[in-house]
Amino acid sequence: MNIHNLFTSGLRWLGVLCAMAAVVACSPSGGSLIIPPPAEPVSLVLASHDSFNISEDVLTEFEEANDADVVYLALGDAGETLNKLILSKDAPLADVVFGVDNTFLSRALANDLFVPHESSLLDGIADELKLDPEFGLLPVDFGYINLNADKAWFADRGLALPERLEDLTKPEYAGLLVVQNPATSSPGLAFLLATVSYFGEPAWLDFWSGLLANDVLVTGGWSEAYFDHFTVGSGGAGSRPLVVSYSTSPPADVLYASDGRTEPASVNLNLPLATFRQIEFVGVLQGTQHPDLAKAFVDFMLDVRFQENIPLNMFVYPVNQAAGLPDLFEQFAEVPADPAPMAPEDIDANRRRWIEEWTSVMLI
Amino acid sequence: MNGRLRVLVWALPPFIFLGAFYFLPLVRILVTALGPDRLVGGGQAVLPDWRSLATVLGFTTWQALVSTAASLVAGLPLAWWLRDHGSRLQSVARLLLTVPFVMPVVVTASAFVALMGPSGLLNRWLMGWFDLSVPPIQLMHTFGIIILAHVFYNTSVVVRIVSGFWSQQDRRLADAAGTLGATAWRTLVTVEAPLVLPAAVSSALLVFLFCFSSFGVVLILGGLRFSTLEVAIYRQAVSYFNLPAAAVLALVQLAVTFTAMSLYTRLQRLHAVPQKVEATEQFADDEPRTRGHWIRDGLGTVAALILVSPLAALTVQSFSVGTSEWNLVNYAGLLQGRADSAFLASPVEAVGNSVRNALATMVISLVLGIGMAYTLFLMPGRAGRWLDPVFLLPLGTSAVTLGLGYIISMGPLRTSPLLVPAAHALIASPLVLRVILPALRRLQPGLRQASGVLGATPRQTWWRVELPLILPACAVASVFAFAVSMGEFGASLLIARPEHPTMPLMIFGLLGRPGLANLGQAQAMSVVLMAVTGASMFALDRLPVAIREF
Repeated sequence: MNIHNLFTSGLRWLGVLCAMAAVVACSPSGGSLIIPPPAEPVSLVLASHDSFNISEDVLTEFEEANDADVVYLALGDAGETLNKLILSKDAPLADVVFGVDNTFLSRALANDLFVPHESSLLDGIADELKLDPEFGLLPVDFGYINLNADKAWFADRGLALPERLEDLTKPEYAGLLVVQNPATSSPGLAFLLATVSYFGEPAWLDFWSGLLANDVLVTGGWSEAYFDHFTVGSGGAGSRPLVVSYSTSPPADVLYASDGRTEPASVNLNLPLATFRQIEFVGVLQGTQHPDLAKAFVDFMLDVRFQENIPLNMFVYPVNQAAGLPDLFEQFAEVPADPAPMAPEDIDANRRRWIEEWTSVMLI
Repeated sequence: MNGRLRVLVWALPPFIFLGAFYFLPLVRILVTALGPDRLVGGGQAVLPDWRSLATVLGFTTWQALVSTAASLVAGLPLAWWLRDHGSRLQSVARLLLTVPFVMPVVVTASAFVALMGPSGLLNRWLMGWFDLSVPPIQLMHTFGIIILAHVFYNTSVVVRIVSGFWSQQDRRLADAAGTLGATAWRTLVTVEAPLVLPAAVSSALLVFLFCFSSFGVVLILGGLRFSTLEVAIYRQAVSYFNLPAAAVLALVQLAVTFTAMSLYTRLQRLHAVPQKVEATEQFADDEPRTRGHWIRDGLGTVAALILVSPLAALTVQSFSVGTSEWNLVNYAGLLQGRADSAFLASPVEAVGNSVRNALATMVISLVLGIGMAYTLFLMPGRAGRWLDPVFLLPLGTSAVTLGLGYIISMGPLRTSPLLVPAAHALIASPLVLRVILPALRRLQPGLRQASGVLGATPRQTWWRVELPLILPACAVASVFAFAVSMGEFGASLLIARPEHPTMPLMIFGLLGRPGLANLGQAQAMSVVLMAVTGASMFALDRLPVAIREF
């Protein structure tokens, strides 16, 4: 092949590249690279973690009633979301935030990020969920970190389900449990907090030594624990019939079944005083250009229509007491009667020390 | 045009880009973290103690070195094999070998567990065959599985770069050695190996950098016991919001990266030998087989198994998870999507978003990478030695830290969909640079001079002489840029608008909630990701040939 041919080939090749670039840049469909021109309705930016989700028609209802366009900005997991909001305090990323939880509440409030909003809808919400006396952060949903068990696995072996937290260190439950690293996973941290609350300091560390001796498996995140190692979640590929997950995982096992099952294969253990209640909050961010619209959106999120849409989209419970629960929740996701009591201030003050103590015990 | 001006023309686009998308956010976050306002957000400022820092640094370096060595051992025999086999087989093989590069770590981890976990396929087989009561393979959360996963991800880097370089080698050198009586093995070791060394070293450096800043593999497959600097940074920045400590760790990571790369740059300059380059691939397996060939085929087979078997396991699972029979339930479910959700896009859209991002990334990073390569090539002496490691810094920078930097410095760009390909190009352009620079350095200066003597302007010489000769390297580079973008996850998560998810983001979303349909659909989506990547690679591989034959 001579140089001239190569030259033309090079030229054509670059030509194709440029053409592709042009196609990319001018592509008219959704998600094109060109920033869309500002639309007529006011756009309201909602910052949240990656798990935020709601039905299209519910959101449209708000948008049409208020001539607004709600833009959802996902900022990572709950911790990352808050950190990013704090870092960008001077040039706010969003108008409203959804999903600051009680493990991060103190950090959030200490930074004075929110516009107080004493919504009239707070009357319909249980007092124990309202943790910010200044109404910067309003409770919007709650859920429970709970142990899930593989019903059939235990039945087949004639083994009773654990009834108390300390049962997990008994020899008959050796090698059965998978948990998450509290340093990198929020259910992992919640379970750690439950054990601190249940056993007190420093006895909770002995419990973990016991779990370690009983061959507990620790994963980095929830999805590896649930989908790779939990026997139910992995469809039989995993080897652990006990997992730290959520109270609402059993209903999800039915809703997202691929074999048409009508009953979940997993069951909540609801160990007394050993589930952790995670409360999520919404707030209007300081610096918003549309404070009234933002407050209206917060009210909308606390109202029945939105609240009833929460369970099957985010797998947590609504805070509004007037909101009904879906049947799947009523049947398979009973609210634990006695979650571990733990104040947000204690969590924030001790998080780092507890995680480090936990790590030093588990790495022996 | 004088020399200095030429350098400037090449250097300007990469400098502007790196300034805006790398140095600005990085410096701003470091200043915020370490400056007078460092206790931003009431975060706790506890600097890491030096002993634990040394431990983390030691482990990070050690696992990166072992991973690099293992990837070379796996990749070089495959590159040699590819050199010897026909072009059709080559393109299929290269395609298969590049697919692992784009797989999200969560999915790979799943595939490894399905294959080698306590109740994985291999253990069940072995226990059945040998009547064992305990699973014989205990790899979960060990050093071994970290290395295995790094080999899975990075072998393709070695294979692609080395075989691309090798196939352009002037065959007559080896023939001459043969005529002079050298055995095929001796020719390989004494003639061909030294000539492909720059490419091998180049790929080794990239693998080292990828492994040095490894996050997902170590976190997910390594478990609790192992922590790289990047994992430590994440823990400090996200879990503890201890930004000063995260910044110190990020600076240590940067310093090590810079040092390693400065060393490498010196080495590389020693090794580049100008030689006659063929623009076409023209090798055939006509050598007698020697012991070397058997070793190559043995190692190559093992490497290919490590690369292909997790993907095969995943594909099989995607057709059968949750049920005992083979079916298309997961694929059908994927197509249905979550129709009522306000934010979850359809998989078809995700494919479109991913491909669009990848093409944009490819164009941006080719422009930048070629600019960087020429800047280094034309820049004399010491300045070039300093600049080379600087161009590579984005690969050795903590993604978590840089992500926080983007949040405070990108202004209104933060929500722009353009930011995703820009962030991807930041990772891809050093790769493009490392592929193109060795190709550029081995061009014989005589060609350029001859062209000048014949009356061509420098621009004409570039366009008609140099560009065609580095075109195959550009093709390899664009494949990588494309793959980086298809598989990239951290940066997409950071800045992507949820209603425009890429394929990896969609997989991550599906794996965020319980239920076998979610698991199955995530696996199905991963298979789609593999297929789309494979098809795109195939097209990209054919492109230069198609154009040539046009």
